[in-house]
Amino acid sequence: MRADIAFGQYYEGDSFLHRLDPRWKILFAILYIVVIFLAKNVFSFVLLILSAIFLILLSKIRLRIIFRGLRPLIFIIVFTAIINIFWLKGKTVLVDWWIIHIYLEGLVNALLIVIRVVILVAGTSILLTYTTTPIALTDGLERLLSPLAKIRLPVHEFSMMMTIALRFIPTLVEETEKIMNAQKARGADFSTGSLVRRAKALIPILIPLFISAFRRAEELATAMECRCYTGGRGRTRMNVLHSTWRDLVMLLLLCALGAAVVLINIYAPGYTLAM
Amino acid sequence: MSDIIRAEHLSYSYPGEEEGQSVQALRDVSFSVKEGEFVAVLGHNGCGKSTLAKILCMILLPGEGKLYIDGKDMTGEDVTEEDIYEGRRKVGMVFQNPDNQLVATIVEEDVAFGPENLGLPPEKIRRRVDWALETVGMTKYARHATHRLSGGQKQRIAIAGAIAMDRKCIIFDESTAMLDPHGRKEVMDTISRLNREEGITVIHITHYMNEATMADRVLVMQDGGILMEGTPEKVFSQPEKLWKAGLDVPQTTELLWYVQQAGYDVALDIFDPAACACEIAKVLKGTPHGRDNA
Repeated sequence: MRADIAFGQYYEGDSFLHRLDPRWKILFAILYIVVIFLAKNVFSFVLLILSAIFLILLSKIRLRIIFRGLRPLIFIIVFTAIINIFWLKGKTVLVDWWIIHIYLEGLVNALLIVIRVVILVAGTSILLTYTTTPIALTDGLERLLSPLAKIRLPVHEFSMMMTIALRFIPTLVEETEKIMNAQKARGADFSTGSLVRRAKALIPILIPLFISAFRRAEELATAMECRCYTGGRGRTRMNVLHSTWRDLVMLLLLCALGAAVVLINIYAPGYTLAM
Repeated sequence: MSDIIRAEHLSYSYPGEEEGQSVQALRDVSFSVKEGEFVAVLGHNGCGKSTLAKILCMILLPGEGKLYIDGKDMTGEDVTEEDIYEGRRKVGMVFQNPDNQLVATIVEEDVAFGPENLGLPPEKIRRRVDWALETVGMTKYARHATHRLSGGQKQRIAIAGAIAMDRKCIIFDESTAMLDPHGRKEVMDTISRLNREEGITVIHITHYMNEATMADRVLVMQDGGILMEGTPEKVFSQPEKLWKAGLDVPQTTELLWYVQQAGYDVALDIFDPAACACEIAKVLKGTPHGRDNA
């Protein structure tokens, strides 16, 4: 359980996607999102589905894991589907009973929106969280945003905070378990009673946890000072990120996908998304 | 050999919550540490050991007295921030809690943290990290996650992080206190290897007397001052004085002391259990009291 929390959704592997430069991956994810929102036509959605399948194959991640990642979205998917089915008006009536009017267009629209949401989430998580360690992501983000440091945005400080937060998640989880066990040993009850009661039962866990977190923070700060940390200025990095041919290939593929989607939108006939 | 650290009449007080309530942690401490030396510092809780350690690696600045690091005066009016960083670069510290001193999630990135702060070029950082990991025997863990390591391994990573900055002197502030016996041995082996093979000066603050016997010299602190100073043999030969200061002596010394109290003529400065057994066997065989050949 600990390891899962520490590494988020990262899925250990050595695929084409795993080896992409994290800086590029962030840009790719943004580009992919733009392409997904550009797609309006049924045919461009077919293309999107193909691209998502291609991404899954590239990442070598098992389908089961990707579906598991989509599970929290079920509510949103069902909700948007229902809204589209019942509220969208079209020409072809399918059901016309009492106050319920369902049109073919609404049904198709619901389907497309659901596909869009699924691909949006699956695609970006395959590109980013499944194939990139959180630390590499932070690193990539810091370097992408480094020009902003010139206008005095605390880019380095932000990424250092992220790094330390990631580093301490497993430590604090372990500590929480320890404190909970200690409280349980003294007869504390965390699992019964009303919501308010259970929330109140958490206070004796949170207080020691906070105190120890502050103590840890102070010790860590001293240890960092001892190691000559003076902030981001004049700091170099051991691992320099390199763009490779893989990043170029991925960039070209995504651009091709984007161009294809735009062209299909303009020239191909067929049903077009209403929203 | 020259002194890497020389302290003259150091004093330090922690400011209290109200005016005039400050707590004096160090009073008039003078000593020096030669390059390549292994010094153990003993003393029970609150005697000023950790304060001394923090002053020596320039985390705290001494209130009074003089401190020279590698011959350079670190006290006085004209000490700049650059001088302080220079001091920190020369004297490193490894702390007690292994969890609270690792910064990165990946072993080699944590070791690289110090050299990165110095602004070294990437190839040079890579060389130093590889060397440091090899020196502490953790090369095969380079890409591992830090939180999955054992306590002893975490401390070795912390040591690697300290030596990767090319330090001349490393202070261990009770670095073995939170470890199990196996981890403690791991860390002590690493420390003594650093001292012997890499020539790094070691100042080891500890509660474990058998660790102190490995040192070239022992400093015993009490109430912010230095109570005793000398070789482990010399210091541990006076167990009564140590007991009075609330400290222990190595178990062999304690045993030999009781043997001595029973009227036998034994030396107290033997720290190896086997050698201790021989010493006792020797006096029992040739005992002046003639108790054994009854």
